[in-house]
Amino acid sequence: MIKPHDAALSDLSVGGEGDVVALDADPERRVRLMELGFCPETRVRLVRRAPFGCPLEVEVGGSRFSVRVEVARSVLIRHA
Amino acid sequence: MVALLGNPNVGKTSLFNRLTGLRQQVGNYPGVTVERREGSVSVGEGDLRLIDLPGVNSLAARAPDEQVAVDVLAGTQEGVSRPDGVVVVVDAARPRRGLFLACQVMEVGLPAIICLNMVDEAERDGAPMDAAALEEALGLPVVATVGTSSDGVRSLSEALADDAFRIPDEARLAEVPGIQGLPPPSLERWNRLREVVDAGDLADHEVTARYAWVRGLLERVRPDRDADRRRSDRIDAVLLHPLVGPLAFLLVMGVVFQAVFALADMPIGWIEAAVDACGQGVGSVLPDGLFNAFVVDGVIAGVGGVLVFLPQILILFFFIGLLEDSGYMTRAAFLVDRPLRSVGLSGRSFIPLLSSFACAVPGILATRSIEDRRERLITTMVAPLMTCSARLPVYSILIGAFIPQQTVLGFLGLQGLVMLGLYLFGMVLGALAAFVIDRALRRAGSVPSILEMAPYRLPGARSVAIRLWVRGGQFVKSAGTVILLMSVVVWALMTFPRTEDVGGDPVARAEAQANTAAGRIGKAIEPVIEPLGYDWRIGIGLLGSLAAREVFVSTMSVVYAVEDTDDEDETTRSVGKAMARARWDGSDRPVYDLATVLSLLVFYAIALQCLSTVAVVYRETGSVAWTAGQFLGLTVLAWLCAWLTYILAV
Repeated sequence: MIKPHDAALSDLSVGGEGDVVALDADPERRVRLMELGFCPETRVRLVRRAPFGCPLEVEVGGSRFSVRVEVARSVLIRHA
Repeated sequence: MVALLGNPNVGKTSLFNRLTGLRQQVGNYPGVTVERREGSVSVGEGDLRLIDLPGVNSLAARAPDEQVAVDVLAGTQEGVSRPDGVVVVVDAARPRRGLFLACQVMEVGLPAIICLNMVDEAERDGAPMDAAALEEALGLPVVATVGTSSDGVRSLSEALADDAFRIPDEARLAEVPGIQGLPPPSLERWNRLREVVDAGDLADHEVTARYAWVRGLLERVRPDRDADRRRSDRIDAVLLHPLVGPLAFLLVMGVVFQAVFALADMPIGWIEAAVDACGQGVGSVLPDGLFNAFVVDGVIAGVGGVLVFLPQILILFFFIGLLEDSGYMTRAAFLVDRPLRSVGLSGRSFIPLLSSFACAVPGILATRSIEDRRERLITTMVAPLMTCSARLPVYSILIGAFIPQQTVLGFLGLQGLVMLGLYLFGMVLGALAAFVIDRALRRAGSVPSILEMAPYRLPGARSVAIRLWVRGGQFVKSAGTVILLMSVVVWALMTFPRTEDVGGDPVARAEAQANTAAGRIGKAIEPVIEPLGYDWRIGIGLLGSLAAREVFVSTMSVVYAVEDTDDEDETTRSVGKAMARARWDGSDRPVYDLATVLSLLVFYAIALQCLSTVAVVYRETGSVAWTAGQFLGLTVLAWLCAWLTYILAV
């Protein structure tokens, strides 16, 4: 059951921020994302999109990551 | 023995280089393609062994890198003694993930020192860490370092000299969930970490709880703000700009390519001259005969064949080092990731493939920077299809002698178009091959890599220099030995059985060569290559090219009994003329008609006729299966395409 959320990380507009609600992915991927800092109630920001729309540069916990769109789609957020 | 542990991009390897200097050895861990870096640092009276573990995000190991780190720390890694202490290197400006790791280290009760690195950046960017407060809060010694200067690492070397490691006190960990009631420090806790990951929700809870602990910790030891990224952001605004970014990327890649392609020429010339001089010197000292030939033409020429790669390798790795250390590499990968990924490659495949246009040997060595194992493998498999500079002499001689000097559409030279066509052919075939291998290897659940885009930093000269030294040495020792062996074998095939007293007469030399093992193999494989339009003499050329493609010209000069003069262009022209005159045995039919020439060009475009590349692929993949598969696969593909070309062209 997916918790109520506003959108996915990949839906944010450039510069937009949100708080992580849940990660819609299998356990292995979920843990990996969380270990990088994508925990519930953590603030994330979409910094920019690459020229072809993928990957996305995302900021979380003071670090920036290059994340592929399908992965960003699994990060469910609540608008800030 | 002390281990350095930390996230990627925290300057751990710079610290390691600063401490060990040239007293380090780089290799691989048995059975996995994870790099192993160990060295010695002098502390006080004696020496300390230091091991630089792969950068990891968590000790709950899932990838080979993490597994190796965990195994080394637990003392279960084959061939590595259990470390007596671990230095957890944390980026002082971005401490969260480092402290997460530190928490895990504390949970398993390893004697530890926390090393806050790059404190100058944290200070400059408005988020300085209070080392003393951190030490107070953790109950572990905390040192502050700046990895880019000798002075900056003094606090760490002093701590190592004092053996300042401490095992965390249980009470400190009380706030961290999940560890109450555990048995005393042991392997038991490591296994528990792994089990916990497999248990799904429990893992989520643990990770979240650790980060909550980190949050609380940070409130006590630094101002409530993240480090400023203004400078990096300004640079990114340009380098990642939708229009300027790609242009800048092309510029950077152009510079790298030019450097590897052209800058290497002079040093290559010096090395070749030195090897020649050495060969002549030794040759005149040794008595004439077989041993002389073996040493001069076999061994010395073979060693020369290895050393001649060094300029390109060093230049390429110099630039890769600059791009990686400055942080630009992740930006480059960010820009080209999408198009490359559609064929199963990665953004990080770009530079290895680009360098393969100069030479596949440094290109394949460069695939190490690709983290994802599958993407790295596919890049390695496909790299030889990029038209390398060694193919140019072959293309030149064939195109120059047999493609008419006409123009197409009034201004485009046909010869040039064919050359361009061959380049494009290689690239397209490479993309297709990557696509096919990718689909074949695809299995559910492969985890895409998430790359950190660290802030821009100035590369440290010392670190780059040390890395060059290490890489160069590594190449010569590991790939070099295999290349030397293979070239001696090819020399032997081209020399034995010998016909005595051949002298300088070209015709006699040609006959003698036909008599060698290579010559006989050439005759033996004629039935196989005849459908492609080749006769046994071309067969000899193909075999000789195994040593290095450019050897084709000198091999063919012997085969066709042409005077091998010192002037390369002269020889090339003569060989071209000789080829034009060549006829199939016992008939008047020319060997080199258009169909054969096109077929030969296609064959060379595809076939992996470079034993040096094979050697390097073996060293990098560690797998006989993949290496042999690539060699055979490309050879068969070359045969098929050449055959198709021949049929269509006739």
